[in-house]
Amino acid sequence: MDRPESAPSGQPGDRPSVPEQRANGDPYLRVRDLRVRFDTTDGVVRAVDGVSFAVERGRTLGIVGESGSGKSVTSLAVLGLHDARRATITGEIFLGGRQLVGLPEEEVRQLRGRDMAMIFQDPLSALHPYYTVGKQIAEAYRVHHPRAGKREARQRAVDMLGRVGIPQPARRFDQHPHEFSGGMRQRAMIAMALVNDPDLLIADEPTTALDVTVQAQILDLLADLQAEFHSAIIMITHDLGVVSQVADDVLVMYGGRAVEHGSVEQVLRRPQHPYTWGLLSSVPSLHGDADADLVPIRGNPPSLINLPSGCAFHPRCRYADRNGDRSRTEVPALSPTGEAGHLVACHLAAEERVRLYREEIAHVGVAR
Amino acid sequence: MARFLIKRLFSATLTLFAVSVLTFLMFFALPRDPVTGMCPKNCNPERLERVRDELGLNDPLVAQYAGYMKGIVTGRDLGSAQGGHCDAPCLGWSYVTNEAVSDTIARVLPVTLSIVIPAAVLWLLLGVGLGMISALRRGTWLDRLAIGFSLTGASLQLYFVGAVLLIVFVYNLRLLPVPSYTSIFDNPVKWASGLVLAWVSLAFLFSAIYARLSRAQMLETLSEDFVRTARAKGLAKPKVYGRHALRAAITPVVTIAGLDVGGALGGTVITETTFGIQGLGRTAVDAVRSGDLPTIMATVLIAAVFVVLANVLVDLLYAAIDPRVRLR
Repeated sequence: MDRPESAPSGQPGDRPSVPEQRANGDPYLRVRDLRVRFDTTDGVVRAVDGVSFAVERGRTLGIVGESGSGKSVTSLAVLGLHDARRATITGEIFLGGRQLVGLPEEEVRQLRGRDMAMIFQDPLSALHPYYTVGKQIAEAYRVHHPRAGKREARQRAVDMLGRVGIPQPARRFDQHPHEFSGGMRQRAMIAMALVNDPDLLIADEPTTALDVTVQAQILDLLADLQAEFHSAIIMITHDLGVVSQVADDVLVMYGGRAVEHGSVEQVLRRPQHPYTWGLLSSVPSLHGDADADLVPIRGNPPSLINLPSGCAFHPRCRYADRNGDRSRTEVPALSPTGEAGHLVACHLAAEERVRLYREEIAHVGVAR
Repeated sequence: MARFLIKRLFSATLTLFAVSVLTFLMFFALPRDPVTGMCPKNCNPERLERVRDELGLNDPLVAQYAGYMKGIVTGRDLGSAQGGHCDAPCLGWSYVTNEAVSDTIARVLPVTLSIVIPAAVLWLLLGVGLGMISALRRGTWLDRLAIGFSLTGASLQLYFVGAVLLIVFVYNLRLLPVPSYTSIFDNPVKWASGLVLAWVSLAFLFSAIYARLSRAQMLETLSEDFVRTARAKGLAKPKVYGRHALRAAITPVVTIAGLDVGGALGGTVITETTFGIQGLGRTAVDAVRSGDLPTIMATVLIAAVFVVLANVLVDLLYAAIDPRVRLR
């Protein structure tokens, strides 16, 4: 929540954006109608239920939502990290033109860490406590460079540690994760993810476990590295401040479905879904009225086993009864708002959404 | 690492000192006059008194303790009735067996080592192996088979398993000789064939606990974030499991193994009795039966040394496995 006001000033909003496809060539990652289902003893969990998005090299997609909205499950599905015995995955995941759903595990393994890499939320638990940081990075390099000797891998790891801003990288190579500070650990994690120069980087809440000043440094670092390596980034977060700072496009997820999708400018400045409004209203602002109350979203995130009928958000939506029974009976389709590339899944009429936002929401939170 | 080692050895020495004092006091607290067991049948008060004097039992307690400890470190002179000079490590003289206790120990200790060490290797490999397989094949028939195996092992008694093995392999199939101890240096084949049933039955019973423990540990470790990181790097499963998961899952197993092996080296009474082999355990029980106090003391002390050493070893292994331990 450190700099939610940066959306209008930064680059993201200035760039033209069409989330689904751009005229000049195919996006590096294209996900279409992705569904991830877990069969549990309590019932079927539809963790991701028909999500589509695309990311190009050099651009960043922010996936936003509460815990249990399916954002992490989506990223793990892209990396193929779900247990095949427990999860059923359907849909399309095209990485560099190659369909990953249904690809043999061995072939996905060779892509993992080389073409697509991941940064996890808590670097302390994501790094192995018993191996030195350097060894873990060198190992990631050698998996995909089997001919590289120990010395070459070490040199590469030291270079990467230096590149992510860790002082005295040669000395730090031989230290264990517990000898690193939180921010340094996350830098090491980033070094490990980038050691093979992947084209897609998925960052799952990379700054959540860090304090605010370190958060900003890590985000700056990621932006620098993206400019240098020209990789596509998926930034998974519940923090709209992070999204406004780094993302080009935003996907808002609720109950395993996409509810709003568009450029950062569209979703944060002219949001059309009541859930997105709720997210924005619950974020404090540096520029707005300091005494203005934060408005939490009422109710609790839905159970994925027993998702509310119709629009999954309707039990928490203040405007649900404006459409008679439709919100309870019919799942709203993700459809164009009229603005290019801006999609929203809501039963409210477009003019009403624009009016409600302007009259009731816009004066609070990030959006003003 | 050196400081860690010194600290651990220092506290181990302290522990051993405390154990030796306690054992020594037990010697006097026992409801048996040490002398009656050592005085020949036609005892009279003068002879009793002479034996008492010979044994140094009239000296102050501290002097007696000092004498005993000095005997262990440098050897000491016992009376002519106790075999004269007793070389270090002198553990006293047994009137029951009429030999220096250190000679008895020198005879039976290799027997117990020969039973326990191969058995421990066997049960660790079997137990940890089974645990890993069933964790990685969770919910399959292999998993169920391994759980069933370990449940059986945990429910059975050694004398039952031992008896069944004896009947089948020795008396019916005649594949193996009647269990006995031969020094490994004299005849390694005879050494192994005479003890293999003891190893197998000990390993079967012990591996049960290890299979369950390592299965549970492995399952827990597999859900750790760093295992997911290892997979996200693109490591192949054998490396993810063998290098990343196993090392983290193995630590509690090391602790239990240290305690078990240390304890077993102090004597495996039931195993030795079942297979009719005279080791440290049976020697200790015999000594208690016949009131052979110097031998009791020696066996208790040796058992304590093994437990303490095993614990030091566990700590060192822990430090080798987990770098965070070295900081403490």
